[in-house]
Amino acid sequence: MFGLDKKDAKLLLIVAALVLFAPFLLNPFPTDSAMAQFNAGYPDLMQRFVIFGIFAIGFNILFGLTGYLSFGHAAFLGVGSYSAVWMFKLLSMNVVPAIILSVIVSGLFAVVIGYVSLRRSGIYFSILTLAFAQMSFALAYSVLTPITGGETGLQLALDDPRILGVAQTEGGNIPVPGIFGLEMRSTAELAIGPWEFVFNVGYYFSGILMLAAFYLAIRIFRSPFGMMLRAVKSNQQRMSYTGLNPKPYTLAAFVISGMYAGLAGGLMAAMDPLAGAERMFWTASGEVVLMTILGGVGTLIGPVLGAGAIKYMENIISKINSEILHGWFAFMPDGLEDLIVALIYPFIGKGWHLTLGIIFMLVVIFLPGGLVEGGQKIARLFGRKKAADDETPGKSTEPAE
Amino acid sequence: MSKLNLTRRGVLKSGAVAGAGVALPTIFTAQSVAAHTNEPTGSTVTLGFNVPQTGPYADEGADELRAYELAVEHLNGGGDGGMMNTFSSKALQGNGILGKKVEYVTGDTQTKSDAARASAKSMIEKDGAVMITGGSSSGVAVAVQALCQEAGVIFMAGLTHSNDTTGKDRRANGFRHFFNSYMSGAALAPVLEKMYGSDRKAYHLTADYNWGYTTEEAVKSSTEAMGWETVNTVKTPLTQTDFSSYIAPVLQSGADVLVLNHYGGNMVNSLTNAVQFGLREKQVNGKNFEIVVPLYSRLMAKGAGANVKGIFGSTNWHWSLQDEGSKAFVKSFGTKYGFPPSQAAHTTYVQTLLYADAVERAGSFAPCAVAAALEDYEFDGLGNGKTLYRGDDHQCFKDVLVVKGKENPTSEFDLLEIVEVTPAAQVTYAPDHPQFSGGALGTCNNGA
Amino acid sequence: MEAIILQILNGLDKGSAYALIALGLTLIFGTLGVVNFAHGALFMIGAFCAVTLSRILTWSHTVIDETRTDFLGNPLKVEVPYVHDIFGVATGDAIIDWAVPLAILFSIPVMLFVGWAMERGLIKHFYKRPHADQILVTFGLAIVMQEIIKYYYGANPIPTPAPSAFTGSFDFGAMLGMAENQIIYPYWRLVYFAFATVIIGAVFAFLQFTTFGMVVRAGMADRETVGLLGINIDKRFTIMFGLAAAVAGLAGVMYAPINSPNYHMGMDFLVLSFVVVVVGGMGSLPGAVLAGFLLGILESFASMSIVIDLIPGINQIIIYLVAIIILLTRPRGLMGRKGVMED
Repeated sequence: MFGLDKKDAKLLLIVAALVLFAPFLLNPFPTDSAMAQFNAGYPDLMQRFVIFGIFAIGFNILFGLTGYLSFGHAAFLGVGSYSAVWMFKLLSMNVVPAIILSVIVSGLFAVVIGYVSLRRSGIYFSILTLAFAQMSFALAYSVLTPITGGETGLQLALDDPRILGVAQTEGGNIPVPGIFGLEMRSTAELAIGPWEFVFNVGYYFSGILMLAAFYLAIRIFRSPFGMMLRAVKSNQQRMSYTGLNPKPYTLAAFVISGMYAGLAGGLMAAMDPLAGAERMFWTASGEVVLMTILGGVGTLIGPVLGAGAIKYMENIISKINSEILHGWFAFMPDGLEDLIVALIYPFIGKGWHLTLGIIFMLVVIFLPGGLVEGGQKIARLFGRKKAADDETPGKSTEPAE
Repeated sequence: MSKLNLTRRGVLKSGAVAGAGVALPTIFTAQSVAAHTNEPTGSTVTLGFNVPQTGPYADEGADELRAYELAVEHLNGGGDGGMMNTFSSKALQGNGILGKKVEYVTGDTQTKSDAARASAKSMIEKDGAVMITGGSSSGVAVAVQALCQEAGVIFMAGLTHSNDTTGKDRRANGFRHFFNSYMSGAALAPVLEKMYGSDRKAYHLTADYNWGYTTEEAVKSSTEAMGWETVNTVKTPLTQTDFSSYIAPVLQSGADVLVLNHYGGNMVNSLTNAVQFGLREKQVNGKNFEIVVPLYSRLMAKGAGANVKGIFGSTNWHWSLQDEGSKAFVKSFGTKYGFPPSQAAHTTYVQTLLYADAVERAGSFAPCAVAAALEDYEFDGLGNGKTLYRGDDHQCFKDVLVVKGKENPTSEFDLLEIVEVTPAAQVTYAPDHPQFSGGALGTCNNGA
Repeated sequence: MEAIILQILNGLDKGSAYALIALGLTLIFGTLGVVNFAHGALFMIGAFCAVTLSRILTWSHTVIDETRTDFLGNPLKVEVPYVHDIFGVATGDAIIDWAVPLAILFSIPVMLFVGWAMERGLIKHFYKRPHADQILVTFGLAIVMQEIIKYYYGANPIPTPAPSAFTGSFDFGAMLGMAENQIIYPYWRLVYFAFATVIIGAVFAFLQFTTFGMVVRAGMADRETVGLLGINIDKRFTIMFGLAAAVAGLAGVMYAPINSPNYHMGMDFLVLSFVVVVVGGMGSLPGAVLAGFLLGILESFASMSIVIDLIPGINQIIIYLVAIIILLTRPRGLMGRKGVMED
């Protein structure tokens, strides 16, 4: 199906089903129950899951296949966002041209940075990409303020010179991004008993693009081109001895993954038309590295899982406060309740970073292949072989020392 | 946890569909049942407190959160009522807002505009918050304010000092109680003239981002107006931690005053470095060398320690104020938490009361009704004396404090002393003042 | 002219901090082949050793002063440090005043222990794992260390002043016969520079002139062969890790008076220190030191207002720009060796 073998087609279908039914899967708890705190099925977070999924899939094409660790990928995300917002400001609130432009611009950016950075390998390459991204961040935050909005970010204004479309809506507000009139924020809601499920246009739009991105990634992984990239990773020297120049292949992978990041950035702006410079800070680049490793480097589904896990922590765990904790354990005797709350409190709410750090350590210590390996272990436990991934994670990521 | 309709528009009311019946989803309905986004229909109303809980401003965020919890307690009739007793408006009854019990959700802005918007969105989309408040930087305030405008909820800004928040980036759904860069400059200049004379040469170090630019401009123009000369202005990167290479050339320039347009960690470090260089013991042009910090906060003063002694700056509010409102607030905050509140705590507490009061007076949670009730509203008894919430730009006009680092602090909270309370009239400006130009409120948005 | 001399001084001082951190990082990077993202956290823990010691020294009991009142109108509680009771007020204050230099002694065993525990408990298991795993686990560890510090000390910076004997600044200009106040430099920063020089010299001497150092250098060059010779290189590497932690910690202790420590100061230095190490060249200790001073001096020059006026924003990007130029002209940084972390 779609030119994929059976195993990959199955994986693609599973991911498609997950994306389609995410509003149900992510809202498993009735809205009035105490567990509703853990529901993640609201538009903003679902959008973030798929958008960062795209970002991580793209990053994995470079890092997972070629082994080149870019530490400045967030720069492409940022550039994509800025281009999209400028498109909204100048051309139209339709997301299609905005996203096309953001992919093109970040692709061009990636050609330049990639061409320079790929002259070196290993840690030298990482530091070069990091340096480019940090320079982009620093300039965007300060001297480029007229173009980027600086600290407050680039946003829409009531007097934007939009060529196709209006500067203001009839109500005197800034129009919102949409696709041919259908607003990205439009949402329908379905209530079944105490459960509520939310279906959002922006989410499904991003979700379809993520499926397309995922499909493309499978094709790249399986193509002769993907084979070449793996060869770059395992032994560049041998590759050059056979008369192949690894450089164009690596550059192509770099640009493709930069365009994925640009797509993610453009989508972020399409969901929420604001682009801030912090999107390019090194911690943002580090985040996508962590997402990929956490999920499983070189696996197809891993980066998406990693992205989901980190975004879930950031948005759900950080919102649990002591009042909610007390609510959960209110049935206990007072002393015990206070004790339990005191024990849990450092790990939630403002302590969510601590939980994140501990999870990083636990995963890498006990699941060297990331979350994918965890899934495989569980699957094996239930006595059936999970065919989700073809790679053996962990081993495949071994760099040549 | 009470959660109502999650969506901004196109809402199928959930309440009607009971039991096991499966509702057919009418996707993308244009008509809406709710009058505005997240209209509270049950017996409770949810407010969203969006403060930095991680990152460098986490302590400031924690103090804001304490104030919010106190405000919620008072609104629901708990505690001693705090400033509700001294507030000039008597609309608040201590029975919640419009009879609905106040509940709240919290989130982490991380002092990043992206994270702040994500957190605010989850409050609006998931938790049904009808008002968002908080924050500890102007970047975050401007970003969240724009979001609230689009979503159709009210935004009551927390600590944000940049002119832009109620200047070029003002929004109809956003309101700021905190003072701004212009006011700092206008309040500081006369005091500086009195203390240091009108013949001074100033050297500015400015944080290289929007807030820094507006503060530099404000202080520069108001000090130049009284005769000071600006020798040089140098931008410093946000991520800078060691300012020695920026401070070392100050003395060579012939300047005799150093103005540090820095906030938070930047200010703590630049001030510490400047004092290390012994600038304050120097004599230049036959005068004592002086340092000025336009925006002070107690947490910053705490971070800089003994280095703040004798250094002038401005602040929105301080717990040593002796008016009835401030005393009542300090008493109830101090009794509950054991130490006096910071200016961030004060502004967020007041913003919550002002919002609740405006809802009571408007008789509705609809953002446009609330905004109308807040616009050009005059009140008293919340500290800072008589205050006006100006309708033109949604900025509060009130007394501004000029403070000085205290020489002999009696505790770790007693770091600043009030030098002068600058009356509101002196810091008031025209809505179309050049430092605030280029923005428009637009029209209020009720959302759904 | 004065401005340039001043910025060279500044650069040496900044550079000595960079060099110290990069030196520790290279010891781990170059000898053990471990990408240690927790190195910044070690620097931060060092600074908090100074904070902790000054907390211990100012450990107090409260005395109620009936004559004064606090903000709620209750009698004021005055904190009286125990050192006042033990040594009297004058000596007590002097001890508190010298907290930072005393913290050097305090921090060495603490940092050696932290380094030892890290290596034995965690890093040891990651020598053979991919760099990606090392990054994830050390980054996780750095977050955990940071959050623990934040839990106990808060997020706000904590002022940790140098002894009052070192406040104020030294007038080089007057010494050279120039006008007053042309070239002044704070005493504590001069101390920092001297301290860094001593530490760097000591590390080099240790590696150069002791048998232990010789084995470690041999291990850096060719670990397998050294192992085949029957030398237990692992044990020595543990000691090296402890040493690297101690160097980072000492850099942190002495840095505390320059910038008030806060829990994320390590992350602020992390990226920078990686850049310094790579610019210096992987696996080269002299390279790391050289790059530290070079970048420190260039950063200082870029912050001069004439330079900023000429090229706006140059002070924001100078370090990265220089890193790019150096890496493009010298493939392995200033003094890097072939084949180290190049794949």
